[in-house]
Amino acid sequence: MNPTRMKQIGFGLATVVLIAAIGASCAGSQQAGSTDDAASKVYVPPGQHDEFYAFMSGGFSGNLTVHGLPSGRLLKTVPVFSQFPENGYGYTEETRAMLMTSHGFIPWDDAHHPELSQTDGVPDGRWIFINGNNTPRVARIDLSTFETEEIVEIPNSAGNHGSPFITQNTEYLVASTRFSVPVPQRDMSIDEYKGNFKGMLTFIKADTPGEMDIAFQILVPGYNYDLAHAGKGPSHGWMFFTSYNTEEAHTLLEVNASQNDKDFVAAVNWKRAEQCIADGKARQMEAEYYHNHLNEARIAVSEVKRSVTVLEPADCEGLVYFLPTPKSPHGVDVDPSGEYIVAGGKLATVIPVHSFSKMLQAIEDEKFEKVVDGIPVLQYDAVIAGEVENAGLGPLHTEFDGKGYAYTTAFISSEIVKWELGTWQVVDRIPVYYSVGHLMIPGGDSRKPWGKYLVALNKITKDRYLPTGPELAHAAQLIDISGDKMKLLLDFPTMGEPHYAQGIHADLIKPRQVQFYQLQDNKHPYAVKSEAETRVERDGNTVHVYMSTIRTHFSPDNIEGIQVGDEVYFHVTNLEQDWDVPHGFAVIGANNAELLIMPGETRTLKWVPRRAGVFPFYCTDFCSALHQEMQGYIRVSPRGANVPLAYSTGQ
Amino acid sequence: MTTRSRILLAVAALSLVLMYVFPIWTISLDAPQYPEGIGMYIEINTITGHKPNDLNNINGLNHYIGMKRIVPESIPELKLMPWLIGGLVVFGLAAALSGKRWMLYTWTVAFLVLAIAGLVDFYLWGYDYGHNLDPTAAIKVPGMAYQPPVIGTKKLLNFTAHSWPALGGWIAFLSLGLGVILSYAEWRRAKRSNHTVAA
Repeated sequence: MNPTRMKQIGFGLATVVLIAAIGASCAGSQQAGSTDDAASKVYVPPGQHDEFYAFMSGGFSGNLTVHGLPSGRLLKTVPVFSQFPENGYGYTEETRAMLMTSHGFIPWDDAHHPELSQTDGVPDGRWIFINGNNTPRVARIDLSTFETEEIVEIPNSAGNHGSPFITQNTEYLVASTRFSVPVPQRDMSIDEYKGNFKGMLTFIKADTPGEMDIAFQILVPGYNYDLAHAGKGPSHGWMFFTSYNTEEAHTLLEVNASQNDKDFVAAVNWKRAEQCIADGKARQMEAEYYHNHLNEARIAVSEVKRSVTVLEPADCEGLVYFLPTPKSPHGVDVDPSGEYIVAGGKLATVIPVHSFSKMLQAIEDEKFEKVVDGIPVLQYDAVIAGEVENAGLGPLHTEFDGKGYAYTTAFISSEIVKWELGTWQVVDRIPVYYSVGHLMIPGGDSRKPWGKYLVALNKITKDRYLPTGPELAHAAQLIDISGDKMKLLLDFPTMGEPHYAQGIHADLIKPRQVQFYQLQDNKHPYAVKSEAETRVERDGNTVHVYMSTIRTHFSPDNIEGIQVGDEVYFHVTNLEQDWDVPHGFAVIGANNAELLIMPGETRTLKWVPRRAGVFPFYCTDFCSALHQEMQGYIRVSPRGANVPLAYSTGQ
Repeated sequence: MTTRSRILLAVAALSLVLMYVFPIWTISLDAPQYPEGIGMYIEINTITGHKPNDLNNINGLNHYIGMKRIVPESIPELKLMPWLIGGLVVFGLAAALSGKRWMLYTWTVAFLVLAIAGLVDFYLWGYDYGHNLDPTAAIKVPGMAYQPPVIGTKKLLNFTAHSWPALGGWIAFLSLGLGVILSYAEWRRAKRSNHTVAA
């Protein structure tokens, strides 16, 4: 069945349920839209800043988008796994290596879960990470520059969905494989899935920029691993992963992976893993994967790694436990206290909440149902803290407000349900439009949520905005959660599918901003520090143009002596040392992209002229009153012509 | 001179040492596209930006109107000023030490002359920068000159320029003021004592 068809069924079901809900309760109590005072609550006057940053995954655009809250305004698109013509990311000589993988150059991905770095379990505003779901990768974006600075590929993984959830001091990010596959990969019959295909849970060292690496991997049974969250406070040292398809089916999963009454949350004691590795219980396994990062010249370089450390649960007692969880659980979320582990059973009728302390007790008392591949399965009744009933159809994800309440999205019934930790009673619910997936409360998956706003990340927007052809805008909805009752404040469209999001108070990001790069610290091998250093050099058929930009001219702006078929590299240094004065560079016939060069930075565009003539180049980013005059010419002569190499400015 | 006058004169002279530490004058420029502000300090021996690259950026902006680059190394007064201020410190201390009235008067008058000469010099530099513009400049507004005010605020096209003493300048004014007051007090005292003697 194709996804569109599934969407229709989901939507149809949601409509039926919504009608039923309206019929059952009082229609007048349903909120059909925004409340009267909503506009003033989301209005940010001109010149004032939003209170929060919201980082939204671009889904299959492979980007990350940055919005302000409460206004919902789009502030920036940060390219991560996708080429981005706007600034040449993934096209320029300095950034192409960022998209290298063991499968070659992959200029797109499906980016799902942004994750802010944390200190003591609280977002600290240093970095944000995001996963590439399709070709398993994890990226680091520096929040002082809002640029992707590092990407590491995940070997032995297929479909990096449960990623990159973070431990409370950014020690590790995880990457759990969505699809189990033969490990190591080999040619075999898909029929032989059961027992032969394996899952892999990956822990990635994340606390040092430029040095992300696979710390270790854990080989687990061949289920589908879906999402994860780290323990915090008392449960720090543990990571929880949801799984489905414990049936180990390999075809028509919508039926065949929906048979078991309970699947598992895998609880992994990563401190135990460190111990077992120190005790020599892991093995090295051949695996080719790429680590791409910016070097000191801010040029992306790729390093190919050849082996990973792999642990098997059977060799490391106490490493992994399974918590039975109804039914095909999707999200797994740990409350701010670190005690409760909430799973969203997407086909379940209740929200099961596990207790961390009961889990430890059950382990001590060996209350095991059975053991699978060396992994004890704990008894459901021994670990469950409570079940939230009547929590909507298709509960997926839960975040917390830090005031004792949890908020769960119900995909099928398109609503958000507020319930109380401890009593497990539903206290409020609000409809969303439509088919909500994740939700986000700034800091809502951390130890200290800013429990003021909730953002619902919706899949469908029919009738909410002006229509735009067969495909409509993707959507987020902002909900006020400061009072007892949730109030819808704002609908706003998003770029790409806003799969998950993270929010953080702006005061943690604003002071960290890099305004420009210090020119004297520019270590790019083709940088020029002043116009006096600009020049053109020929080396066989390769021509290097050492060019500078400053308001409002290029140097050199007249170049002659280039021949058809030359490989011309424009190395353009922006000499500005002022905030918000990037310059652009574009040349006719460039078949890759343009450049957008930040102040103090050098970027390189490769250009191969195909015909003789005199061709213009110009600045693409409006820089001042004489921006339009910021242009130059490059003369291209036929191959073998005797026009000497020459360059000048202001002659 | 009374002991009190001598102590105050010593304080006035010594406080000028702070002019080596704090900027003397500040010129700041407001424009819509510089909400964070841009500006420069005149220090005893150089000119610097409010922020590290401000001077460079001001020069960059000034090139549109054909204004010369402000290059601190090429301004001879900035080489002279540390010596002049140093002389004032030394002579002021010597005057306080000796307690001779004529030395106090000389110090005060010399300081006053230097201060006035400094402001006039500042005006002349400002006049030169603001009027002697490159005839090939991109932006030419008929009748427009870009001379910054010596003190106060002035609108220059899209920029509003504010020129005010900075901490070092205020200290100099206070020091000079103290010199003037001390001279006057000592002069009165001397006159009175002459009178008393005569009587």
